Amino acid sequence: MSTPLLEVDDLSVRFTRQGQEPFTAVDKVTFNVAPGEVVGLVGESGCGKSVTSLAIMRLLARRGNQVTGSVRFAGTELLTLPDAAMRDKRGAELAMIFQDPLSSLNPVVPIGVQVSEVITRHRGENRAVAARQAAEMLDKVGIPDPTRRLKEYPHQLSGGMRQRALIAMALACEPRLLIADEPTTALDVTIQAQILALLTDLVEQSGTALIMITHDLGVVAGLCDGVNVLYGGRIVERAKRHPLFAEPRHPYTGGLLGSIPRLDGDRDARLFPIRGSVADNIPWDHACAFAPRCHQEGEKCRTVAPDLLPDEEARTDGGLRLLRCHYPLTAADRQRIEEGRA
Amino acid sequence: MTDSPRRPMPGTPSHKKARLDALASTAAPSGSSGGSAGGGVATAVSDAGRVASGEGVSLWMSAWRRLRRDWVFLFGAAIVVLFIVLAVVAPLIAPHDPATRVLIDQVNRQTNPVPGPQPGHPLGADYQGRDVLSRLMVGARQTLLVGVLATLGGLLGGMTLGTLAGAFGGWVDSVVMRVVDVLLSIPSLLMAFSIAAMFRSPSQWTVILAIAIVQVPVFARLLRGSMLAQRHSDHVLAARALGVRKGPIVFRHMLPNAMGPVIVQATLVLATAIIDAAALSFLGLGNPDDRSPEWGQMLGNAQPYFDSHPHLAVYPALCIIVVALGFTLVGESLRESLDPKSRR
Repeated sequence: MSTPLLEVDDLSVRFTRQGQEPFTAVDKVTFNVAPGEVVGLVGESGCGKSVTSLAIMRLLARRGNQVTGSVRFAGTELLTLPDAAMRDKRGAELAMIFQDPLSSLNPVVPIGVQVSEVITRHRGENRAVAARQAAEMLDKVGIPDPTRRLKEYPHQLSGGMRQRALIAMALACEPRLLIADEPTTALDVTIQAQILALLTDLVEQSGTALIMITHDLGVVAGLCDGVNVLYGGRIVERAKRHPLFAEPRHPYTGGLLGSIPRLDGDRDARLFPIRGSVADNIPWDHACAFAPRCHQEGEKCRTVAPDLLPDEEARTDGGLRLLRCHYPLTAADRQRIEEGRA
Repeated sequence: MTDSPRRPMPGTPSHKKARLDALASTAAPSGSSGGSAGGGVATAVSDAGRVASGEGVSLWMSAWRRLRRDWVFLFGAAIVVLFIVLAVVAPLIAPHDPATRVLIDQVNRQTNPVPGPQPGHPLGADYQGRDVLSRLMVGARQTLLVGVLATLGGLLGGMTLGTLAGAFGGWVDSVVMRVVDVLLSIPSLLMAFSIAAMFRSPSQWTVILAIAIVQVPVFARLLRGSMLAQRHSDHVLAARALGVRKGPIVFRHMLPNAMGPVIVQATLVLATAIIDAAALSFLGLGNPDDRSPEWGQMLGNAQPYFDSHPHLAVYPALCIIVVALGFTLVGESLRESLDPKSRR
């Protein structure tokens, strides 16, 4: 692997609200992203995916949020960068797109102005040049008749078009890193596929690194090189895409995969869901947060917090494989899950 | 969503007209851009070879489309426009000069203090023999001027304070809002009286200033609230994620989106401003020179004759009520058409 573009080291975010117990939303998350690489952050709602990305972008309010650790982007530490310098980086070197394309666009400004705003901001182009580049950008993301669309307002575009417009804004200045926070959640499946194909194309063409935040394992399977599975603010499993899907080791990953209905399976087959909900967390301090929901739970799970350790007992495909579990899934366990579905 | 206003509701009086409009717009070569969001890609593709001519439809444009078919709005707007036109042309069409005591020879303090209606003077004259109809017509000018200027003044002051508080937050917000709280804690009319009474010589400008100051905290609080809501909105976060600077974020992304309720409030305040101005004039805090008539001042002057000649008070009061009603109807329907929840 080449030198990483983004190095996230021991990144923690604590919510410290007055009159409330501090809550650790992100707990010592460490991962790297190389140029051109697609890294997935996967997990249920509330496991810290979005907070991680907002912390990387420094978009969390300073009050009430305590961010520690280190985020190095091309060698520069982002967490201690002055605000103005960070603003210069956002949109130019690292950009982000959000879940709901309608609410992420300014409803009273034509999309052309919103795209060219980023260009004038970071490239200092005059309005005419910026408008032309904006039209090129809309064309690139597959919006037909871009010069006319420039004058239209967000509510006049369809959901897929809006997400394309947002992607155009984010990629207008050719950032080196793009963070996509559930970019397809608000879209229907056919549009999802188009948007994902578009993102893959753009990333491959420009060599942009992509952090894909999602709860949809289908998106991960189609797109990501490496996958980090998050639970309760910590990474519980990391692997390359193929080994992760072929041999999930963490019971949580196994549960996520077991919850997906299959087209080729028996129609009466039952799903094998993860019991309980994210709210059933116990603190990581002296236990595994996933224990209350785990089918593999053993005696150590409620007394000793597992560490994130290299895992060589399963397929790795040459990548680093990390696991945070006392009793990882074995081939026999996976077999049981398969049968549990039947 | 965008094409819904084009689809007329069957049975409404505007049904036919709407259908005609829809026909006209599909017939026109360039008209399809606005209302055809439902067409989406297909329209765009089929239009691809065509020269782009259609402008986008902003929120205000689509609100206007809804308003065009809203009889409440049309009724209110008709009243407002009528009075504005009246105010503009009043000096030209008023049958008499409002300051000339044309019927002074009929005024007798004991037997006939107020000359009644008669040929050439359909509403009679006041206690100084001046033609009431002419005074009402010319009075529209003064009254509307005071209402509009006072509202604009209040809007300007309120926008400044509200933007300051909403954009910076933190201690700026706290300081500004505490000042606003203090201003709001004083009953508005009482405060208007106090401010107007502070000036040695009352004039219409002191009335405007007094009423404007009273409206400032209302606008400030409203704008600050919707600015704060914008601050935490997704599109502001998205703009920040793209490195947009503070200035454009406040003035392009927050303020225009926060203005809706403020503009609606302004139309409603216009009505209260006119009523407040009338109240100030009624109490003698307005323009002391009664040669240029104003409705509130006419109302005040009518007070001694109210039991014997109530029409002197009824006419200006009616004018005030109707104008205030007009502005209120416009404001309410504007609020409804801009409210995303009541759309469709």
